[in-house]
Amino acid sequence: MKPTALLEAQALAAARGRATLFAGLSFRLHAGQVLVVRGPNGSGKTTLLRILAGLTAAVDGAVSWCGARVQPFDARLRRDVAYLGHAHAVKDELTAEENLRALLALAGEPATPETLRAGLAAASLDAQRDLPARALSQGQRRRIGLARLAALARPLWVLDEPTTALDDSAIAWLVHLIGAHTANGGIVVAATHQPLLTGDARVATLTLG
Amino acid sequence: MMPSAVVTDITSGDAAPAGALAALRWSATRDLRVALRTKGELGVQLLFYVIVVTLFPLATAPDRALLATLAPGVLWVAALLASLLSLQRLFAGDFADGTLEQLALSPYPLAALVSGKIAAHWLTTGLPVALLAPFLAAQYGLDDVPRYTLAAALLLGTPVLSLLGAIGAALTLGLRGGGSLLALLILPLYVPVLIFGAGAVEAVRGGLSAAPHLSLLAACLLVAVVGAPWAASSAVRIALD
Repeated sequence: MKPTALLEAQALAAARGRATLFAGLSFRLHAGQVLVVRGPNGSGKTTLLRILAGLTAAVDGAVSWCGARVQPFDARLRRDVAYLGHAHAVKDELTAEENLRALLALAGEPATPETLRAGLAAASLDAQRDLPARALSQGQRRRIGLARLAALARPLWVLDEPTTALDDSAIAWLVHLIGAHTANGGIVVAATHQPLLTGDARVATLTLG
Repeated sequence: MMPSAVVTDITSGDAAPAGALAALRWSATRDLRVALRTKGELGVQLLFYVIVVTLFPLATAPDRALLATLAPGVLWVAALLASLLSLQRLFAGDFADGTLEQLALSPYPLAALVSGKIAAHWLTTGLPVALLAPFLAAQYGLDDVPRYTLAAALLLGTPVLSLLGAIGAALTLGLRGGGSLLALLILPLYVPVLIFGAGAVEAVRGGLSAAPHLSLLAACLLVAVVGAPWAASSAVRIALD
């Protein structure tokens, strides 16, 4: 993983309609750091994450990735960011394995059958491998999204409410994944209501609203 | 750790066409696979087309000459409606389940991914409509040559419907009442295709060559192939913002 991973926000501002969600938001995240974004519903957590992932333009301010200012859908950022949104991009009609395979290929990192099997096993989805995703629970769909994160070699993770619908063992797995990712020099930005990763020196908390 | 070689190959200048082709194949196979597992929806669209075309001879006077005159127009309008019926879902499903965000954040060019979706849409709606047309046209007493001309015109014209329709489908993403807005937005754009497509059959029936009309349809297709995926992918990005 690149040791130069560096995410900077300079005086970011976002609005919904006429209401300002936040303004003048600046921070700098170095390789190995985690930013946990907290705040009440509607305080702009998702908007901030979408700005950082390059899905939405900020009303004001700038985002820099590894020293270069990035616009939404920046080519460099698209190679380096893994975004896990509210929806998991899991297709009902495809099986768990087909979903994971398709998502990895879409990210430009096609997986071997062994990688897929290992990824699904880590997500405790071995038994559901060949089931259409329609038959999976919300938590199991979310696990496919986490298996995707784990299999991708992306320095920047942007996670929107990653713990939603997850059981205790899956949350422990997520914490482990985040730990391994940051130990590897990755950066994580996560919006969550859960007391995730508290007490870790590498974790900074940003409270919106 | 970073498989940067794999990823940069896709976006670096030299390998861009390969990346675009891989992207096109990725989204086309994925959409086809999803479509084949929801065969019911495909069947409903085709049945709609067959029924609309079949209703006209039942509703009008059983006059051979009149029906043969009506045939090209009726079949083309039914093809437009069948295409429109399925267009709403071109991006809506991916928009709802978060796939569209991942498409837009993929290192592959979004226009190529969108092209693959359009190709899958045409293969599942436009192609069967064109292949069924000669059989359905038999109900109107059309001779062999006009029937096959009709099929050829539909083969050239229906991809244009999918391509133009994709722009409308992307522009109306996430809007309330997007379906009816899509029809208002896109049906006027279908007019040239309708005129050249029906005109080709008329020309053949009048003893003329269909080549000018088919050439114009092919020209429409080329323009749409170049422009529509780009326009639709820009509209997708706007919808996600």
